[in-house]
Amino acid sequence: MKITFDWLKDHLKTNLKEKNLLEQLTNIGLEVESVENLSGDKELFKIAKIIKTEKHPNADRLKICDVNVGEKELKKVVCGALNAKEGLITIYAPPGAIIPKTKTKLVVAKIRGVTSYGMLCSGSELNLTDESAGIIELSNSKYEKNIGKNYFTKSKTKLIDLSITPNRPDCLGFRGIARDLAASGFGKLKDIKEKKIKSKIKQSLKVKITKEKNQGCSAFGSCLITNVKNTESPKWLKDKLISIGQKPISAIVDITNYIMLDINRPLHAYDADKIEKGIIVRNSKHGEVFTALDNKTYKLENGMCVISDNKGVLGLGGIIGGTRSGTEFDTKNILLESAYFEPSSIRKTAKKLNLDTDAKFRFERGIDPLSIENGLCKAALLIKEICGGEISKIDLQKNENFKNKTIKFDPKLFEKITGFKISKKDILKILDNLGFRLKKEKNYFKLIVPSWRPDISKPIDVVEELVRIYGYNHIIINEPIKERHKPTLNKSQKLFHFLQRSVATKGYLEAITWSFTDPKYNDLFREKKKEIKIVNPLSSEIGVLRNSIFSNLIFYTHKNLNRDIKDLSLFEIGPIFSGSAPGEQETVIGGLRSGKISRLSWIENDRNVDIFDVKKDVIQTLIEAGYDRSKIQIDDITPNYYHPGKSGRIFLNKDKDKIVGYFGEIHPNIIKKIDIKTEALVGFEIFVDNLKKPQKLLKDQKKIVSSFRFSKVRKRFCFYN
Amino acid sequence: MSDLKKIKEEFLSKLKSKLNLLEVNQIKTDLFGKNGLITNQFKKIGSIPELERKNYASELNLIKDELMNLINLKVIEVEIAEVNQKLQKEKIDVTLPERPISRGKIHPVSQTIDEISSIFSEIGFSIEEGPDVENEYNNFTALNTPDHHPARDMHDTFYLDKNKQKLLRTHTSPVQIRTMLKDKPPFKIIAPGRTYRSDSDQTHAPMFHQVEGLHIDKDINMGHLKGCLNYFIKEFFEVDKIKMRFRPSHFPFTEPSAEVDIGYKIKDGKIVIGEGDKWLEILGCGMVHPNVLKNVKVDSDKYQGYAFGIGIDRLAMLKYGINDLRAFFECDYRWLNHFGFDPLDVPTNYRGLSR
Repeated sequence: MKITFDWLKDHLKTNLKEKNLLEQLTNIGLEVESVENLSGDKELFKIAKIIKTEKHPNADRLKICDVNVGEKELKKVVCGALNAKEGLITIYAPPGAIIPKTKTKLVVAKIRGVTSYGMLCSGSELNLTDESAGIIELSNSKYEKNIGKNYFTKSKTKLIDLSITPNRPDCLGFRGIARDLAASGFGKLKDIKEKKIKSKIKQSLKVKITKEKNQGCSAFGSCLITNVKNTESPKWLKDKLISIGQKPISAIVDITNYIMLDINRPLHAYDADKIEKGIIVRNSKHGEVFTALDNKTYKLENGMCVISDNKGVLGLGGIIGGTRSGTEFDTKNILLESAYFEPSSIRKTAKKLNLDTDAKFRFERGIDPLSIENGLCKAALLIKEICGGEISKIDLQKNENFKNKTIKFDPKLFEKITGFKISKKDILKILDNLGFRLKKEKNYFKLIVPSWRPDISKPIDVVEELVRIYGYNHIIINEPIKERHKPTLNKSQKLFHFLQRSVATKGYLEAITWSFTDPKYNDLFREKKKEIKIVNPLSSEIGVLRNSIFSNLIFYTHKNLNRDIKDLSLFEIGPIFSGSAPGEQETVIGGLRSGKISRLSWIENDRNVDIFDVKKDVIQTLIEAGYDRSKIQIDDITPNYYHPGKSGRIFLNKDKDKIVGYFGEIHPNIIKKIDIKTEALVGFEIFVDNLKKPQKLLKDQKKIVSSFRFSKVRKRFCFYN
Repeated sequence: MSDLKKIKEEFLSKLKSKLNLLEVNQIKTDLFGKNGLITNQFKKIGSIPELERKNYASELNLIKDELMNLINLKVIEVEIAEVNQKLQKEKIDVTLPERPISRGKIHPVSQTIDEISSIFSEIGFSIEEGPDVENEYNNFTALNTPDHHPARDMHDTFYLDKNKQKLLRTHTSPVQIRTMLKDKPPFKIIAPGRTYRSDSDQTHAPMFHQVEGLHIDKDINMGHLKGCLNYFIKEFFEVDKIKMRFRPSHFPFTEPSAEVDIGYKIKDGKIVIGEGDKWLEILGCGMVHPNVLKNVKVDSDKYQGYAFGIGIDRLAMLKYGINDLRAFFECDYRWLNHFGFDPLDVPTNYRGLSR
């Protein structure tokens, strides 16, 4: 939500400074994401008049313009716009100015051999309109006197971007933000009288909300405004919208946007003449089609909340209007809609159609159901003021009546949760300022939750409001006690930790790679395991969960080899997956070594890494982890990604019940397929979950040995056939 | 002068001169060989008149011992001299390189996890884990984030089936659910692990690491939460004082919720944690929502407490001056070697977290 302090002051009376505002917003949970200086660079843009144009000698489409920018000398500007002609008044950006749309800084530049001092701007380059075909044309009568003056009015206010958490729809409007600030002591919320429409004209378009299951609309308010003249918005309204980065379109659209931003009440304006007979709010039927204001055609499914007439769908309620009934500059009669749509219904529909609009964002978070009339009145009266016309009475259709939530709140809960006390007086003041109505009962307060706070339904939510507004800085630190009742790590965690560091001591660098991988690599090591696809991967190269620890490890080994690092030892300890259910995973250590030992050594001959290097690494690791070498069994049955003759399988005992690891050369065909260039590539795997945890504790393991004083007995046997 | 004296004098002087091993051995043979001078003197003993014999024999023995000793000493002396001479010739250039060192490294994320575990171990937390693949219920619904809740938009989720029932966990919070369903309160755990979101740029990777914390007991309040995190951050960054700010935020599974910022400044292009007037968001936390407790059948009238979630990779980046998150997972050998830790450098309470 983008705001300015100036606009906030429509609702907030305060003497405090902008710097305090930024701090306070963050303190009450309305996080300031960024602050942009608006006025700084925009002061450079001047109103200017083209005095003379001539064709560029080297380019057919370019013109060289002599431009009066209010200085003694005319500026030479190269311009490609078709509408650049003598006598045109437009906006000039000098070198040094930053173009709002592209954020690029202008410099004096030669364009096809002719030096251009600055630029003449189009509406889209200045983020004023969508018009990008030509430069802006300002009316001569109005701007002739102002040549050389700043086009943008000087404003010192900054554009503040707030990150509003999804529980706070009320703060998607200036009024809500002002209310929170006032409650926290930052000024006073201005009392704005709600103006009513005084009219005797009936709203003659019939509106009906169908009664059906999963109806996404529970209330629909509307009024007709006839004989309007849609125009450009007045300057104050344009400036307001521009100040927070919105583009003014036409008075009617701008007014509905303004009301939405100001009090978070989304509205929609229909061209009433384009509505056939009346409005029906209903669930869509499968196959219905309509073209939305984003010029895209949407195919609807069953059960989406639509606004329709006799001819068909006019718009998706609370999400987006349709082109058929949109307002234009020549619109004469409009129907203004102010409705309440169910958040979950909005969300479902928008997700299915992959649509994101300002209105959707607000409705899915929850709009104040009691703001229907106020929003209609405000907008209608503004339209009448700016565009003229006659306003009808308000028509309000409802399927159900809104009831404020009530909460029994025991003030003791506050201290129980936060660990500190505040006075009952403070509690009452904060809640009152936030719009709660309350009644003191014997041991508790009976609170009526304001209609604009869908997030509050439990006593704990009230505690949050209180501590948030009172200030998190009041929470008193309670130092932790240094005592332990349970061991930090269990046996398998200890083993994980030990193996990880043990493998690293053998000269391997630990890598951490994605748990997902490229299916092409995965298939090389997958064997008979099931491929587990991610439905929505970021790219197909990371489209499946890894079935083996090797797929990524070999990919990155290859990458490093290509960086001309030849002698590598990499390992990873992490999960591999055998299915898509939680828990269908196991922890594996994988290690890969490539290249030579003692490469370029001055002292000894080099040799390729081989199977007995990795065998030593695995066996030593197992021994260090507490397993008995004399019981370890090795055989030669290994998966097909190992060299069939140069690989082995490891068991911890004669029973061979669980395979604890493999070691060996990686199959030459795999090396060829991936196109790895290396003298040798060997690897190992340890299946950590198959390692029986050493039963005995370290302290029980060592028996007393008395034979250390005698010399070793050595016997030599010779066997003859 | 008797023969004996003459022999003694003669050989004493001979042994005093500079000799090599061969010459010493010759002397030995000359004296004690089969027909050596001393040997012959011994042979003569029988022919010596009885009266003189005793004296003669004892004198001869003395001389024999003396010469023998001298010869032995001379042998040692000569041998040492010869070895020394030989060693002189064996001198090599000791500044030549040693045989190659193969030194493994522990990934900075693993090291950071161990540091975190060590710190929380001291104040009584134990470590829990959960699967990387989760069901929708544990990852969202049980955590008070029902379907069609806008907060789900904050988590770009990888799904494993069309019905969106199986997914890669988007945070470590489902471990809270698993732990509480499995055991009875009180709970005091941390759960480090891999987490996944479909997001990728300079500051986001599709896989990253989080550590979840959960402390539920009868009277655990926000003061304990603040104390615990304040302690952790001070210990982790190994500073005495830390500027820390609790700021209200929103997570569906905690109420009240907070985000925690720490103060920092940039000094000589490097980030200094703990001072300065800039703020850096490092974690989210709050009091576990009664709805969550209800979902795991913990009586929220009796038990309450806090939970937090910290980005491990982010902490590692801050502490060890790493500026690109994606580099963690790109496995560049030089990067791993540069930022990795010696496997013997195990973070512990008693010898400190880092060297």
